[in-house]
Amino acid sequence: MEKRVVFDSKLLPYLLIAPQLVITGVFFFWPAGQALYQSFLEQDAFGNSVTFVGLKNFIALLHDETYLESFKTTAIFSVAVAVLGLSLSLFLATQADRVIKGSRWYRTVLIAPYAVAPAIVGVLWMFLLSPSLGLLTHALAAVGIEWDHNMNQTQGLLLVIVAAVWKQISYNFIFFLAGLQSIPKSLIEAASIDGAGRTRRFWDIIFPLLTPTTFFLFVVNMVYAFFDTFAIIDASTKGGPGRATEILVYKVYHDGFKGLDLGASAAQSVVLMVIVIALTFLQFRYVERKVQY
Amino acid sequence: MTRLNPSRFSPVAIGIATIALFTALPAAAQTEIQWWHAMTGALGDRVNDFAKDFNASQSQYKVVPVFKGSYAETMTAAIAATRAGNPPHIVQVFEVGTATMMSAKKSVKPVHELMREAGEKFDPKAYVSAVTGYFSDAKGNLVSFPFNSSTTVFYYNKDAFKRAGLDPNKSPATWPEVMAAAAKIKVAGDKCAFSSGWQSWVHLENFSAWHNVPFASKNNGFGGTDARLMFNSPLHEKHIANMADWMKKGYFTYGGRTNEAESKFFSGECAMLTSSSAAYANIKRNAKFDWAVGPLPYYRDVPGAPQNTIIGGASLWVMNGKPAGDYKGVAKFFTFLSDPQRQATWHQVTGYLPITHAAYEVTKKAGFYDKNPGTDVSVKQMIEKDVTLSSRGLRLGNFVQIRAVIDEELEGVWSGKQTAKAALDNAVKRGNEQLEKFQSANK
Repeated sequence: MEKRVVFDSKLLPYLLIAPQLVITGVFFFWPAGQALYQSFLEQDAFGNSVTFVGLKNFIALLHDETYLESFKTTAIFSVAVAVLGLSLSLFLATQADRVIKGSRWYRTVLIAPYAVAPAIVGVLWMFLLSPSLGLLTHALAAVGIEWDHNMNQTQGLLLVIVAAVWKQISYNFIFFLAGLQSIPKSLIEAASIDGAGRTRRFWDIIFPLLTPTTFFLFVVNMVYAFFDTFAIIDASTKGGPGRATEILVYKVYHDGFKGLDLGASAAQSVVLMVIVIALTFLQFRYVERKVQY
Repeated sequence: MTRLNPSRFSPVAIGIATIALFTALPAAAQTEIQWWHAMTGALGDRVNDFAKDFNASQSQYKVVPVFKGSYAETMTAAIAATRAGNPPHIVQVFEVGTATMMSAKKSVKPVHELMREAGEKFDPKAYVSAVTGYFSDAKGNLVSFPFNSSTTVFYYNKDAFKRAGLDPNKSPATWPEVMAAAAKIKVAGDKCAFSSGWQSWVHLENFSAWHNVPFASKNNGFGGTDARLMFNSPLHEKHIANMADWMKKGYFTYGGRTNEAESKFFSGECAMLTSSSAAYANIKRNAKFDWAVGPLPYYRDVPGAPQNTIIGGASLWVMNGKPAGDYKGVAKFFTFLSDPQRQATWHQVTGYLPITHAAYEVTKKAGFYDKNPGTDVSVKQMIEKDVTLSSRGLRLGNFVQIRAVIDEELEGVWSGKQTAKAALDNAVKRGNEQLEKFQSANK
């Protein structure tokens, strides 16, 4: 006997997914299409004189040293954020996993930074490390490190990396903790009986079993570093000193919204779009399929 | 379910509705004028006061000031609104956006045209030429309405001067004198001798005008969009190389791209500062020591120096595409803003320059400059000499990006990564790419 409810209407399924389609269309396809269209145009800020220039904006990008440098900055920044963020949160997760007393408290505290808005994170770290009145600056000065992220380009980049990592640790932490707790205790006990020490157990059993989580988090962290760190950078270094913290997404904003060079800005966002599509493809193709949960 | 039945409305209700309708009528007849601005804090309050006073002075128009964020955000918002077909009547645009606005001939209504069409009395000669020159077209017609203009001045900590055995009543006039003072201040034990806000504006843009040398070709861009940058001359290079040297010796401390250095001054950390004359109010409120204002230092060996400094700040632009009747109100509002007494008060409260000669006279007669020594330094710097082709101002497209380029390259000098020559050559080359882009986009 048929127990399922059958809807005869051909229209209903479309109606049901319509809100989602409308949202995707309005907030994704339409702006993406606009960006693609504008990337082929050269125009003044007001759009009074608009010329179709083909691939000129893209070719100009390839010849723009600052753009290629921005690529390099983005690569360093995103890999640093992902690797540092993942290792720190994995460490914290393994420690929190072992804690028995007060574990809830530890976990809550570790998750808290995720609730802080990115712009606040940027300002927070900027104040902590402010060259003239920062708390951490004074501590660093005590050990002989002179900190001035307004002038020192490495320190500028370090500042935004630290801020970005700090914010993302909570998110990684939750996933790692859940991953750790889903590892069957029997496996670890078996290894212990066979005489494997704590380090051995971690690298031979726990870490391999966490691979799917790690891979997923790696992609998520890369995307985070590419896009969501905009507010942190805008609130702390604004891309400086020099161009030390000008990552791709910041340059899109700077050229488009401050410089009002819409063609170049649109071309850059098209490049970014291609990168996200590639990352998403990578995730679905390899992460979701090949890695066993 | 009850249905609404017209017959069930009581006569009283209908009466109230009628009265409401009639009292609403005069309000509806009032024309609203949207004014988008970027003024925060005390300055924002002054803007609201202007609107309130104007609205109280007549009943035909109602100016509605709307705060739109930073200068860049306000301009971007106005551009987006124009593209969407619904621009504000008036928008405040910072001086670096001037060339962009001026090129958008279809989108803006020149102020001289606005005043003529509205039949408002408007005498361009009443305005300070160093201010209006910045906002006039090639024929000398005023295109936007000067609102808040400042220029660069020199601030120094008199107490620190006394500690270092310097004459606290004498502002160092030249750069070598500044550095001689810096050396003594360092010896006296102060950590930071000199810092500066707005490095591009002070040390390249104003530096050029003050020494009467061009910043860019084509009369600094006033002569056309084919202008190219020229600030890599030996004189410019000498100054930037000097600053790099002073930095190495510990005399000069870099504060940041905009006005961050001002807090280093009023906190007492740095003894000398070059920055905007509009920093006056903030320093006055926060400094817990004796301080004074002096003119921007220069190099004595440059013939013709000091010439005059150029302005920063913002002006009011009138956007096209509103009903013709609205513009009469805008013109009336500009006449209202030009009133000498109103201008004088604005100048005295904010530290911005008076934009009319009358406002300067009113302030002088009231004894304001005697009571607040140093407040007239900026004005004198602007009006004592007639502007030359090199000191009229700048009219360069994509200037927001060019300033960013200059900031980046100069930061490379301060961090010791490159020489002054390399930085200026790079900045000129990269800046010229921006100018070429602007030229090709605004054919």
